[in-house]
Amino acid sequence: MKARIHVKLKPGVLDPQGKAIGNALRSLGFTGIDEVRQGKLIELDLADTDPQSARARVEAMCRTLLANPVIEDYAIELG
Amino acid sequence: MNTAVVIFPGSNRERDLCLALKRATGRDPLCVWHRDSELPSVDLIVLPGGFAYGDYLRCGAMAAHSPIMREVKARAERGTPVLGICNGFQVLTEAGLLPGALLTNRTLNFICRDVHLRVETNQTIFTCGYAAGQTIRVPVAHHDGNYTADEATLDELEDRGLVAFRYCNAAGEIDDDANVNGSAHAIAGIFNRGRTVLGLMPHPEDATDPLMGCGTDGSALFAGLVGALQ
Repeated sequence: MKARIHVKLKPGVLDPQGKAIGNALRSLGFTGIDEVRQGKLIELDLADTDPQSARARVEAMCRTLLANPVIEDYAIELG
Repeated sequence: MNTAVVIFPGSNRERDLCLALKRATGRDPLCVWHRDSELPSVDLIVLPGGFAYGDYLRCGAMAAHSPIMREVKARAERGTPVLGICNGFQVLTEAGLLPGALLTNRTLNFICRDVHLRVETNQTIFTCGYAAGQTIRVPVAHHDGNYTADEATLDELEDRGLVAFRYCNAAGEIDDDANVNGSAHAIAGIFNRGRTVLGLMPHPEDATDPLMGCGTDGSALFAGLVGALQ
């Protein structure tokens, strides 16, 4: 089973990299971009077969190491 | 006074730190490797700057879970003073020994230059060598020093007097231009509630030897610690 974890800065937390990417896109002539937020994607190959227990394990991994709850949100996708 | 310096793979400021500690205490600090899980009895534990574990995932995240940090946390909880400088500050926040987090500098640049700091309180073992409100000059060298925390945490830091240093201009005034990395409340360093743990982004250890050309304003931090702990 694969788990995809999307980690991104919480709304309201300054994301200077997202801002720089937005500015670069605008300077390239792309229009209609309001805000850009940059995050990261972590893919795990898991031995689990039960999605429920896999999700609980990945949640624990996110809380312990993969995301910093002070500044980041995460979303888990299993498949 | 016995001190220990924790070294992670990717630490790179430990040499200057050891020299500053030796200059202040007269003894070589004990260098402890990240894989060690035991620490002899020491009066002060210091986490140096650098890029522990290559700053993979987040600055300080991997180091915060290394074997030695379990022992550092246990010692800190029992009251042993812990000082984290630059990457060491990032490790302390990731380890939960200090609140908040350090984001990428708002300018996205690695900033390496001298800055001015205002000493917010001298009622601590770390800052007793300074006068409250004193302006000091020390270098910074970081990419991720932009301190952030939620409003409740910032309020608590302010209300309990747990802000150690703020970025300021040469006249000691807090203004946005002097806030090199965009930190909330211009925070350069904070204490834990017991004021036994200090994390700061600037490098006082690099302002202890006139040969380095950065002045010696950092010396009072180490001399103050020796005075308070010896």
